[in-house]
Amino acid sequence: MEIIYLLIPFSALLGSIIAGLFGAKIGRKGAHSVTIAGVGIACILSFVVLFDVLAGNTFYGDLYTWAQIGNTKIAVGFKIDQLTAMMMVVVTFVSLMVHFYTIGYMEDDKHNWPEDSRGGENSYQRFFAYISLFTFSMLMLVMSNNFMQLFFGWEAVGLVSYLLIGFWSTRDTAIFANMKAFLVNRVGDFGFLLGIAAIWTYTGSLDYHEVFARLSAIEFTTVSIIPGQDWLLVSVIAISLFVGAMGKSAQVPLHVWLPDSMEGPTPISALIHAATMVTAGIFMVSRMSPIFEMSDTALSMILIIGATTAFFMGLIGVVQNDIKKVVAYSTLSQLGYMTVALGASAYSAAVFHLMTHAFFKALLFLAAGSVIIAMHHEQDIRKMGGLKKYLPITYWTSLIGSLALIGFPFFSGFFSKDLIIESVHASELYGARYAYWMVLLGVFVTALYSFRMFFLVFHGEERMDKHTKDHLHEPGKVVTWPLIALAIPAVLSGYLIDPMVVGDFFKGVLHFDESHKAIEIIKEEYHGIFSFVGHGLMMPPFWLAMGGLGSAWFIYMKKPLIAQWGYDKLRPIHTLLDKKYFADEFNMAVFAGGALALGKGLLAVGDRFLIDGLMVNGSAKLTGWFASVFRHVQTGYLYHYAFSIIVGVLAIMTWLVFGMGRI
Amino acid sequence: MFDGYLLSVLIWLPILGGILTLFAGDKVAARPVALVVSVLTFAISLLLWTGFNAEGYQLQFVELIPWIETFKINYSLGVDGISMPLILLNTFITVLIVLAGWEVIQKKPSQYMAAFLIMEGIINGVFAAQDAMLFYVFFEAMLIPMFIVIGIWGGDNRIYATIKFFLYTFFGSVFMLVSLIYMYTQAGSFAIADLHNVKLGLTPQILIFLSFLIAFGVKVPMWPVHTWLPDAHVQAPTGGSVILAAVMLKIGGYGFLRFSLPMVPDASAELAWLVIFMSLTAVVYIGFIALVQSDMKKLVAYSSIAHMGFVTLGFFILYPILKNTGSTEGSLMGLQGGMLQMISHGFISGAMFLAIGVLYDRMHTREISAYGGVANRMPWFAGFFVLFAMANTGLPGTSGFVGEFMVILASFKANFWIAFLSATTLIVGAAYTLWLVKRVIFGAVTNDQVSELTDINKRETFILSVLAVFVLLLGLWPEPLVHVMNDSLVHVIEQATTSKLVK
Repeated sequence: MEIIYLLIPFSALLGSIIAGLFGAKIGRKGAHSVTIAGVGIACILSFVVLFDVLAGNTFYGDLYTWAQIGNTKIAVGFKIDQLTAMMMVVVTFVSLMVHFYTIGYMEDDKHNWPEDSRGGENSYQRFFAYISLFTFSMLMLVMSNNFMQLFFGWEAVGLVSYLLIGFWSTRDTAIFANMKAFLVNRVGDFGFLLGIAAIWTYTGSLDYHEVFARLSAIEFTTVSIIPGQDWLLVSVIAISLFVGAMGKSAQVPLHVWLPDSMEGPTPISALIHAATMVTAGIFMVSRMSPIFEMSDTALSMILIIGATTAFFMGLIGVVQNDIKKVVAYSTLSQLGYMTVALGASAYSAAVFHLMTHAFFKALLFLAAGSVIIAMHHEQDIRKMGGLKKYLPITYWTSLIGSLALIGFPFFSGFFSKDLIIESVHASELYGARYAYWMVLLGVFVTALYSFRMFFLVFHGEERMDKHTKDHLHEPGKVVTWPLIALAIPAVLSGYLIDPMVVGDFFKGVLHFDESHKAIEIIKEEYHGIFSFVGHGLMMPPFWLAMGGLGSAWFIYMKKPLIAQWGYDKLRPIHTLLDKKYFADEFNMAVFAGGALALGKGLLAVGDRFLIDGLMVNGSAKLTGWFASVFRHVQTGYLYHYAFSIIVGVLAIMTWLVFGMGRI
Repeated sequence: MFDGYLLSVLIWLPILGGILTLFAGDKVAARPVALVVSVLTFAISLLLWTGFNAEGYQLQFVELIPWIETFKINYSLGVDGISMPLILLNTFITVLIVLAGWEVIQKKPSQYMAAFLIMEGIINGVFAAQDAMLFYVFFEAMLIPMFIVIGIWGGDNRIYATIKFFLYTFFGSVFMLVSLIYMYTQAGSFAIADLHNVKLGLTPQILIFLSFLIAFGVKVPMWPVHTWLPDAHVQAPTGGSVILAAVMLKIGGYGFLRFSLPMVPDASAELAWLVIFMSLTAVVYIGFIALVQSDMKKLVAYSSIAHMGFVTLGFFILYPILKNTGSTEGSLMGLQGGMLQMISHGFISGAMFLAIGVLYDRMHTREISAYGGVANRMPWFAGFFVLFAMANTGLPGTSGFVGEFMVILASFKANFWIAFLSATTLIVGAAYTLWLVKRVIFGAVTNDQVSELTDINKRETFILSVLAVFVLLLGLWPEPLVHVMNDSLVHVIEQATTSKLVK
């Protein structure tokens, strides 16, 4: 088995290296064949691992010693259990679908590059190299058995995300977005690294099992970071780690990078910025559940931040007109849902939603990509409409994805979202009330923006120009087949609720403290799928979703004047949402502007004035002054020198005679 | 091979080779001769690695010849786990410098190559010397070829830069000389091992410590004695910048490990706060200054200062750890981190300066605003540049991560706020590096000069590839190096925490 664990990430890496370094030699077909082979092998073997885990075989071991510092062994290794296996399957499956899809999407990528750029020469091969490299990094992240490797995977996926957001590097918006993404993530990683340092400081290890085993010893340890204030150590650790998750999983206020990341080609929006990388934070918190469970403070913070993200980011989605931006804000909102579940200690519900979301959101993104191809790279939904008859497969798969997203009964999102709402309802932590109302109202908002987009794109009048309309047709099989392949789990994965959440699949993997009963209560109330659905039909989330769907239909299909009226009357609110609560303006002015001003100030005052001006040149001037004084002594006249010598000799003799005599 | 005189070979072969190069003639032979000498020296230096015994801290490859017997000054050489990797770094980087100057240096290439070969030998001497006077001689002699390199092959403002460089570094080392002579009067010997053992009162220790701090602090360079570095880098030719950043700065860090910590441990403990304060200032303050640079070399120079802040921080963090936890457990993480940061910085800063050199050779400007969209014309170069930039931001998987990671971990053990401030490099370091990448490498082609750029040739590709391999190798598997340095660093901790006060 161990060789299989090894093969999974490294077959993806090998494909990436071949396509990346020898892309020009092996050509397009060679590049996509070798990367698809690599990820395909990884996907098949991930399923093998999943079934092996289901049969009760888990693994924990090191591959090699990265560094041995004193008593601390930092290794590279794998931890294979239920959570890992599930993540591996999700990552490799979605990745494989995206690989196939990319063949179609990037087919004529040359058009995206200006003529004077060599960037388009092997961009197709390069793209495949990147997404395979991403798959490798993500696998290393989820398979890790220690914090160093976790951090490696964590930043490596960030690197690939950076490279892919800025893939079309001649576009100013793209290279701004990728830098922004990296920097905002670094803010999160800053907290994450401090959390890791705290763990090492107090447990002396970076190995998951060793750390978990030593947690009980630090349960009541306090630290005073601000003198006089004693804080619970585990709270400090948990909050630091969560700051990392906030960056990667784009939680308020570190969410600002994700909408901009849509500058990247659509396949990676699906793979990285919807299905997998952004869920790394959710995965990490779940993996660290033994730590988080020790701190109610941290859990409350997670609840509040998640809930804020879930509701307020969803609201922005309602006013977006770029098809990808709508889906992006939807992703932010859904990540908020997962985060809320973490805060409610319903880790299995969070991970369950992570999985269902990965399928239906990847589907929605790829469907959006299909629309974008058909529309000749037009992304404004106001210029679409009535696409249903031109793109039937895209239409039906989008419908499935949208229904799953809003939590329509019998679709996957219904199960996972209901569980989250239920678990928050059952949580007794500080902030749980607020979180409950936010996620509940969020359901209405989700349905509203999802179907606003759906109706504007696929129904109603055809608002595109004639040229576009004449060329409208469904993209080829490499595009539509992955849609279909993702539509299946988008519906069916919800039925895994039985084993994954109420069952014992994650028993012993995801921990929750006895005082956090959310999942226990859900388990008690659960009496099979059908009663769950039946019960759900009578609960507010379902009616809110229907309300949102109905409102979208009424406002955007039936009475478009309402939308115009609302736009006119509620302009301040619209502006607030359209400007995304002015978060970007704030960051640019305060952080970016502040850093530059600080840098300029330090350079001018510190380096130029104080150090070079006063210290260095000052001492040079002082030397110069002394020199000018002594210069008068050196006149060049021989009798001056002769006189000096005589005086000197006299002085020395005097000192010798009288001074030495006394000794 | 070379049993008993391997280190002498590593010192004198490049020096004699340099003299030979001088006479080899500019037209034909200078470059090949220099290349042969540097490659040969590098190959021979590998014997250090293969023949090194990593168990124990004892000096190896020792040589001892009386030199000035009146003052008991000996030609005494030897290496331990700390100096051996630094010698290898030096011999390795010199090969790349010779290659990098191959076509680029048209003005007196024989003298150029000779200067670097002679410098290589002298720097090997600095790391191998086990006699304080011998060390001092090499330490000062090193300035001469560097002075010449900047003064002859430098930019327009080279005279100001050379004078500033020379005065700064000379100013620093004079105080060290006084300290060494004082310790000689106490120990009766200039042997470094004897100076390690001599008992000293607290006041002399503090004075000696401060003199070392000036001498090595200027070399590192530490804030606030760093302002010579950006000027020197900007004026120096590519090769000069590379040897300066990759190797010469390391002599400062090495000095702290070989002189300050073991010779004046009590003063080091007393004044550790000062070094840590200076290091953190380097990391934070200099990071912001790097952000606003408009000259690529200056930006990387400031980035070097910030990165070297981790070296001194890692070395001295053991005292607050000892104070905070009552034991030195975990301080090895800081020392290892500091050493790994030095080696890694050798690769990364060397690579960054070589990469900037590649651009400069084509466009003859280092102004960031003169570039934009380089990736469109030089895709392979862009790939390398992004890799080294990422290493500069400390991306895991590259060597830049290893040292910073370890030092931040160790800092947390000492104090939350030290870790907090040092970890800001994650954000600020990424900001100035990636902004540089954005403005130079990415974007549309901004002007005709950029659109006429040609991608790197085979020679340049080779140089950058070799560095890329080492950056990745050290990032993915630092253990071999960690293992080699381990026992020597453990010994330094022991020395640094054993009081030498006269009872």
